[in-house]
Amino acid sequence: MAGKSKHEFRANTLPAIITVGPVALIMLLLVAAPLMYVGVMSFCSIDEYYNVTHDLTLGNYVRLANTDYLKIYVQSLLIAFITTILCILIGYPFSYIIARSKSRFKRIFYMLVIIPFWTNSLIRIYGWRSFLGTNGWLNSSLVSLGIVSEPIDFLYKNGTTILGMVYCLIPFMILPLYTAIEKLDGTLLEASADLGAKPVSTFFTVILPLTSSGIFSGSLMVFIPCLGYFFVADILGGGNSDVIGNLIERQFQSGNNWPLGAALSIILIIVTLVLVKAYQKLGGDMDALGV
Amino acid sequence: MKNKGFRVIFCSIVYIFLFLPISVIVVNSFNATTTKPYMSWKGFTLDWYVKLWDNSSLLEAFSNTMIIAIVSTVLATVIGTLGAIGMYRYKFKGKGLIDGLLYIPVVIPEIVLGISLLTIFANVNIPRGMLTLILAHVTFCIPFVIFNVRARLSGYDNSIEEASLDLGANRVRTFFEVTLPILAPGIFGGALLAFTLSIDDVIISYFVYGQTKTYPLKVMESVKSGVSPDVNALSTIILIATILFVVLTQGSLFKKKDRRI
Repeated sequence: MAGKSKHEFRANTLPAIITVGPVALIMLLLVAAPLMYVGVMSFCSIDEYYNVTHDLTLGNYVRLANTDYLKIYVQSLLIAFITTILCILIGYPFSYIIARSKSRFKRIFYMLVIIPFWTNSLIRIYGWRSFLGTNGWLNSSLVSLGIVSEPIDFLYKNGTTILGMVYCLIPFMILPLYTAIEKLDGTLLEASADLGAKPVSTFFTVILPLTSSGIFSGSLMVFIPCLGYFFVADILGGGNSDVIGNLIERQFQSGNNWPLGAALSIILIIVTLVLVKAYQKLGGDMDALGV
Repeated sequence: MKNKGFRVIFCSIVYIFLFLPISVIVVNSFNATTTKPYMSWKGFTLDWYVKLWDNSSLLEAFSNTMIIAIVSTVLATVIGTLGAIGMYRYKFKGKGLIDGLLYIPVVIPEIVLGISLLTIFANVNIPRGMLTLILAHVTFCIPFVIFNVRARLSGYDNSIEEASLDLGANRVRTFFEVTLPILAPGIFGGALLAFTLSIDDVIISYFVYGQTKTYPLKVMESVKSGVSPDVNALSTIILIATILFVVLTQGSLFKKKDRRI
């Protein structure tokens, strides 16, 4: 018996420890432990010097039920929802055209979607601000063409924040859609047409169901980050269209109320879990999200 | 979709949308203006490309970004590749737990990962700086490496390794000469993704940087007062370097592994 378990140790346990040990250590110490600690902290209080004290309370969650916060949750969910819808409406036809293209430049078309995202995201968002600002390109052109007499203030509205969110997140919609559409078997479309289906009904009964996996994973990867992208709402929304991420950021930086920020993060985690569960219910594959 | 004109116009509009802010950055890097917020056009100049080399804090931030990206990519790739192989091959307690934890950095909003790392680093008194930045970047890069390597492992034939062992090669030699070359495309794709995520990261770095500023954080700091054209100049140089890299590697890498940002 002793000899057998020694063999088992050398053949299975030891290599498992060597290979999986480092990953396990990092995931436990830097993902599981910190998130659990945030959960504990959300029930903590602060003293008059803003230090976290371990007097347990439900006060942070009670404060979150405040109408000012609720307004920002609703606004944040609405921004994320509109962003996701716009990403689908722009991303789906675009991915379809590129993925079904027979052009020999197809690969270049695809790379042209990715290249912009290799420039720092902050500076690209700043590029939008330079473009849309009162002394930016758009206004100078409109004024010099005589279309408007005074520069229009495009910035600091919900619309500009949504524009920035769509801009930052649309590749997460286009890439899974491209993958799903490219896999689509062309003969199925021909069969559908041969059997007398009109293009519209072929789309709704054949194409859409076969590519829905791309829509689901794309929507998840657009909607969730959108709730947290505080810098987009900062630079383009200027404080007028905050998302949940802005509330959290404020508590950990200027506001300095970490337990309240922790409670806000727990809300965001719960929203994420609900959406991931819904995604799995719809038959979504978790491995499709990270690749 | 039948109408070719519609397709061309629609795609052109999307491409203009994607490249518009980048063209603003590139054009502004040649703008001769010297007054904040550096937006109105005052003529063409190459001065900012010269002045860039005197902006020591910007260059330092850029070198920090590169150091962090390279170190984190190497660590995440080695740890992730070993982990993916181990999780594919061996049975052990807690496997489901580790597997589940790997999805967290992928789906959770980055800000939650950022603040949770901040609270734990503050709790155990690790001073924030290069070390915490690298730890954070390794953490969010590992799952992407693992998923890429795992995708490659799913079609993997174990008997090739058995053959190598039967023919007298030891485990180490088998690993380097048989296993690794087969997994190489997955490992390379994962590493590339890790590197891209690391150099672009703003949100997580924002909570753990201490005094060590990265290039995105430096940009963030200057956003309030107006990004100076030397930052645009550096961004333009990075953009051109990236495009060159894409063009040069196009033939080998992007034929097989193309679904990457």
